[in-house]
Amino acid sequence: MPERANGTTLVEGRGLRLRLGGHDILQGVDVSVRAGEIVTVIGPNGAGKSMMARALLGLVALDGGTVTRKPGLTVGYMPQRFAVDSVLPLTVRRLMTLTQRASAAAIGAALDEVGAAHLLSRQVQELSGGELQRVLLARALLGDPDLLVLDEPIQGVDVTGQMELYGLIARLRDRHGCGILLISHDLHLVMAATDRVVCINHHLCCEGKPEAVSRDPAYLALFGAQAAQNLAVYTHAHDHSHDLAGEVVEDGHHHDHGDHHHAKKAS
Amino acid sequence: MLEPFLLHGLIAGLGVALVAGPLGCFVVWRRMAYFGDALAHSALLGVALGFLLGVNLTIGVLASSVALALFVLLMQTQRRLASDTLLGILAHAMLAFGVIVVSLMDRVRIDLLGYLFGDLLAVTVGDLYWILGGGALALAALALLWRPLLASSVHEEMARAEGVPVMRVRLGFMILFAVVIAIAMKIVGVLLIISLLIIPAAAMRPFAHTPEAMAALAAGAGVIAVLAGFNGSVEWDLPTGPAIVAAATILFVLCQAAAALWRGVARAARA
Repeated sequence: MPERANGTTLVEGRGLRLRLGGHDILQGVDVSVRAGEIVTVIGPNGAGKSMMARALLGLVALDGGTVTRKPGLTVGYMPQRFAVDSVLPLTVRRLMTLTQRASAAAIGAALDEVGAAHLLSRQVQELSGGELQRVLLARALLGDPDLLVLDEPIQGVDVTGQMELYGLIARLRDRHGCGILLISHDLHLVMAATDRVVCINHHLCCEGKPEAVSRDPAYLALFGAQAAQNLAVYTHAHDHSHDLAGEVVEDGHHHDHGDHHHAKKAS
Repeated sequence: MLEPFLLHGLIAGLGVALVAGPLGCFVVWRRMAYFGDALAHSALLGVALGFLLGVNLTIGVLASSVALALFVLLMQTQRRLASDTLLGILAHAMLAFGVIVVSLMDRVRIDLLGYLFGDLLAVTVGDLYWILGGGALALAALALLWRPLLASSVHEEMARAEGVPVMRVRLGFMILFAVVIAIAMKIVGVLLIISLLIIPAAAMRPFAHTPEAMAALAAGAGVIAVLAGFNGSVEWDLPTGPAIVAAATILFVLCQAAAALWRGVARAARA
């Protein structure tokens, strides 16, 4: 496993099973996050990525499998959807201390870290998509949690902002040493700093270092050639050239999402 | 100087307003007005059962309200009926059964109208102790619950993920709600209680930048509504409960108009 050897395991799910409304959302997924590690979960829309994260956080009742959390684990959670009703007045300052107390200095420092210090007195409902994401990231970060769970942190952010946010998340890991579980459906923007990519589509398709996953037959079958190329582009700008792109164009177009056993080799 | 019975009523009304404002904010934020109606209507049944069993009426109301709150909490875990349908059934069933039980008790005369619309001027010294004691207790409990309750009102899953005991907090809030209903029904009656909770909170929304400010302002707005309603009641012989609610409504309309005017001025200043 390409994990950092020094990190203790913060949270581990084994054989996670979940059925909702007659559909198998999770069919025996294994996943773990260690301290100081960035794990990126990718998969198509509706693949169960968010459910998996919510299961790890103990927010959903599982039909099978076990979740083990490090005793006393502290969590910062940035949910996929966050909308505050306009009837509830809420400044950014007050949002920061929603689940915990914090000094003004700590709040300022956390906002500063994500470049959102100037938003301190703004109403949460008036923030733009990108501003809200930064503030939510700062809020999750406040109080130095052991584990950050970021569900689609770059949604509603323009492309340069996305790069910036990913750079920021990588720096946060380096500075705070926390484990980060990051969920993304933007395949072409899986961050370079990711230690491990976990690709799921109701079950575990493949996992490993970003470059390894981008060449994994299961991954190629699931997302097709173009996505694989884009993933490679971002993680290793000069490493994407001919083998992947050329090969996959020939046999890549009839892959469908249901059929992704390891029959088709991409290189 | 006011007559003692008037003074008792006024103090009781002010006490209720002080706790109804902050609690009402959560009713507004959590969209629980319908739940509150069901709770309040069940209080009438509590009064009737209290009479039948010969126990203290406030305790009867408290018991029936807490029982209903727990029942709703239980029922909301099922998904067959939408919450508003369920609460709509409960609210009106409670009212119907309450009125039926009251009408069957021909040996004791109950002032039905007083329980439905409140009778501030019938507040006894004993009631006053209940209202002030219960109100102070409810305010203290709300202060303790404040942070986790607010966190779970903003984003329940986020709060839960970060260690807020959301279910216990919700249970605590519902019991608190039931206590406030029990002490407030004397003032405005079961049909109007919810308005005393949500109107001051809604009226003050435009002027608040934080949840805490909205709660404090709502308490103040409730006090003004009680004073104005009480005054109108004494002055023009109006029924006090409806007079208080009418005063709160007028305050609400004025506040909305003032806020709209202010926004217009601010926009014009920017342009």
